[in-house]
Amino acid sequence: MLKDQDRIFTNLYGMQDRSLKGAMARGQWDRTADLLALGRDKIIDIVKASGLRGRGGAGFPTGLKWSFMPKQSDGRPSYLVINADESEPATCKDREIMRHDPHTLVEGALLSGFAMGAVAAYIYIRGEYIREKEALQAAIDEAYSAGLLGRNACKSGYDFDVYLHHGAGAYICGEETALLESLEGKKGMPRMKPPFPAGSGLYGCPTTVNNVESIAVIPSILRRGGEWFAGFGRPNNAGVKLFAMSGHVNTPCVIEESMSISMKELIEKHGGGVRGGWKNLKAVIPGGASCPIIPASQCEDAIMDYDGMRELKSSFGTACMIVMDQQTDVIKAVWRLAKFFKHESCGQCTPCREGTGWMMRVMERLVRGDAEVEEIDLLLSVTKQVEGHTICALGDAAAWPIQGLIRHYREEIEDRIKAKKTGRMGAMAAE
Amino acid sequence: MSLSPDLLTRIRQAAHDHGGPRAAMLEALRMIQHDHGWVCDAHLAEAAATLGVHRAEMEALAGFYSLIFRHPVGRTVILLCDGASCWLNGADAVRDELQRRLGIGFGQTTADGEYTLINVACLGGCDRAPAAVVGRDRRLIGPLSPEGVAKLLEGGL
Repeated sequence: MLKDQDRIFTNLYGMQDRSLKGAMARGQWDRTADLLALGRDKIIDIVKASGLRGRGGAGFPTGLKWSFMPKQSDGRPSYLVINADESEPATCKDREIMRHDPHTLVEGALLSGFAMGAVAAYIYIRGEYIREKEALQAAIDEAYSAGLLGRNACKSGYDFDVYLHHGAGAYICGEETALLESLEGKKGMPRMKPPFPAGSGLYGCPTTVNNVESIAVIPSILRRGGEWFAGFGRPNNAGVKLFAMSGHVNTPCVIEESMSISMKELIEKHGGGVRGGWKNLKAVIPGGASCPIIPASQCEDAIMDYDGMRELKSSFGTACMIVMDQQTDVIKAVWRLAKFFKHESCGQCTPCREGTGWMMRVMERLVRGDAEVEEIDLLLSVTKQVEGHTICALGDAAAWPIQGLIRHYREEIEDRIKAKKTGRMGAMAAE
Repeated sequence: MSLSPDLLTRIRQAAHDHGGPRAAMLEALRMIQHDHGWVCDAHLAEAAATLGVHRAEMEALAGFYSLIFRHPVGRTVILLCDGASCWLNGADAVRDELQRRLGIGFGQTTADGEYTLINVACLGGCDRAPAAVVGRDRRLIGPLSPEGVAKLLEGGL
C-alpha cells in the first residue's frame, strides 16, 4: 500500500483546506521560482526520467510530448491546453483533483507551461462539473492575487496566464482536437491529423494537450526528482496514479496508489470488495467505457498498468474500473455503452456516425436474444470496419467494448439466442 | 424581452476573460441559460450580435452541446445519469420512480412547469451511483434510490 509520504494528492478526500493557504501548508507552491530556474530543458529531462505517461488514457510519454513543442517561437505564441473534460463513463478521478486539491493543477500548469514555452494555459472543464469549476476558478484567482500567476509569475520574470473554459455536455470534446475546436467557439468536431497540435493547435499555434492528472503531478515530480516517481510501478509503467472503482463494489471510491498494483488488491482493499465477495465477480471494465471487458478468471492475477492491461487485450485507459458481479447482464451492460457511443458520435465520419447506431441496434437485439448466431460474426466484422477508419478514436472506442464482449462472452450471447428460439428465456434476459 | 444590461456586460467581460469573442460564445450561452433557464432565439441573436459573431455560428454551437437547452424547461431541471455505473447500481428503478411520480418521460416538462426530466450521458458521479444533477446551480446528488426520489421530490429538490 502506498505510504502517506509518497502521496501527491494530500487532500484527495477533501478533508483539509483546499485554499492557497492550505495548499501551501501541504508543501505546494513551495519555492516554485527555484523550479522554474531549472530551465526548460532540465524540467523536460526530469519529466522524461520520471517515466510519466499521459494519464488521460492513451499513455503517451509526457516529457517526449513536451519536447515536440518549438524551442524558438516563429512569431506565434505556444499554448498549453489542459483536458479536464473527463467524460469517459465511470471516470471521476480528475474531479477529485479539481475540487479538493486544485492548486496541484494550477502550479502544474505554470511549471508545465514554462517547460514548453507556452504563454498561457487553457483548462477545458466539462459542463457537468460545476462545483469543480468553482473550486478551480477560486484557486486560479488566489494564485493571481498572490502573484503566482500573471506577469512575472512567482517573481521568476516569466509571464503566464491561466484561463478556465467551461464545456456544455459533449463527450467528444475530450478528444484533443475537438477540444481545441470547442475552445475556439466551434462545434466539437475532431480535426484531421496531421498537422498535430504541437505544430498547429489552438488558433493555429503550437499547442500541447495534457490530461489534468498528468499536469497535477508535475510539481511533485520536480520537487522529489524523476527517480522518485520512476521508483513506483514496473518499468515502462512508472509512478503513482489515481484509481477509481464503481459499480458492484461495496465502497465506490477514488484513491491514489502505486502503478502496477494488482486489480484484486485494489478492489479488495480500497473498494471494500466485490458485492457478495470476490467469487461473485463476473467481469471488470478496467479503465472507462472504451476499454474491453475482462472476465473474472483474468482479474485474479491482473496487474493494473499499461502493459498489464494490454497483455489481456484490454486497455489501462483512465484506471477507473467498472466492477460487475455475477448477477449482471454483461450483454446489456455493453449495449448501454454502445448506446452511449452512438449518442456521443459527432457525426463527422460515416463509419462512426452510421456504425455506432448500427452496432447499438444489433446489440439491442442480442440483449433480447432476437438474432441469428451468425450475426455475432457479422457484428464483429462491422466493429473492425469502424475501428481505425475514423478521424478520431471515438470509432475505436465504440468498437472495443463489443469486441471484448464477443471475445469473452460469445457463449452467453449464443445461449440467449438459442433460448429465445426455443422459448426458454432466462429470467435475466427477459427483464 | 431582451437581455439585461448586466448580462450583456458579463458577456462582453467573458470575451475579455476567455481570450476573445469566439472563445466566449459557449460561455455566453451558459450565462443566458443560467439566468433564463433556456436559450431562446432572440437571446441567442442578441448574444451573437454582442460578441460580433454570426448568428448561424451561434445556432450551430448551441445545437451541438447537449447541456444548452433550446426549448423552455421547467423551474427545476433534473439531469438523470444514464451511465454504466449508475445502471449497475439500479438507475432503472430510480428512473421509473421519477417518471411515475412526475408523470413525464425523458425530455418532458410537468404540466405545472415545475420539473423537466432529462437523461444525460455519464455525469462523472460514478462513485455516487445512481447519480443525478438538479437545479440551476447543478447540484450533484446520489446515491439515489426509489425511496430517496420520493423524499427529494416531497421536500422540494
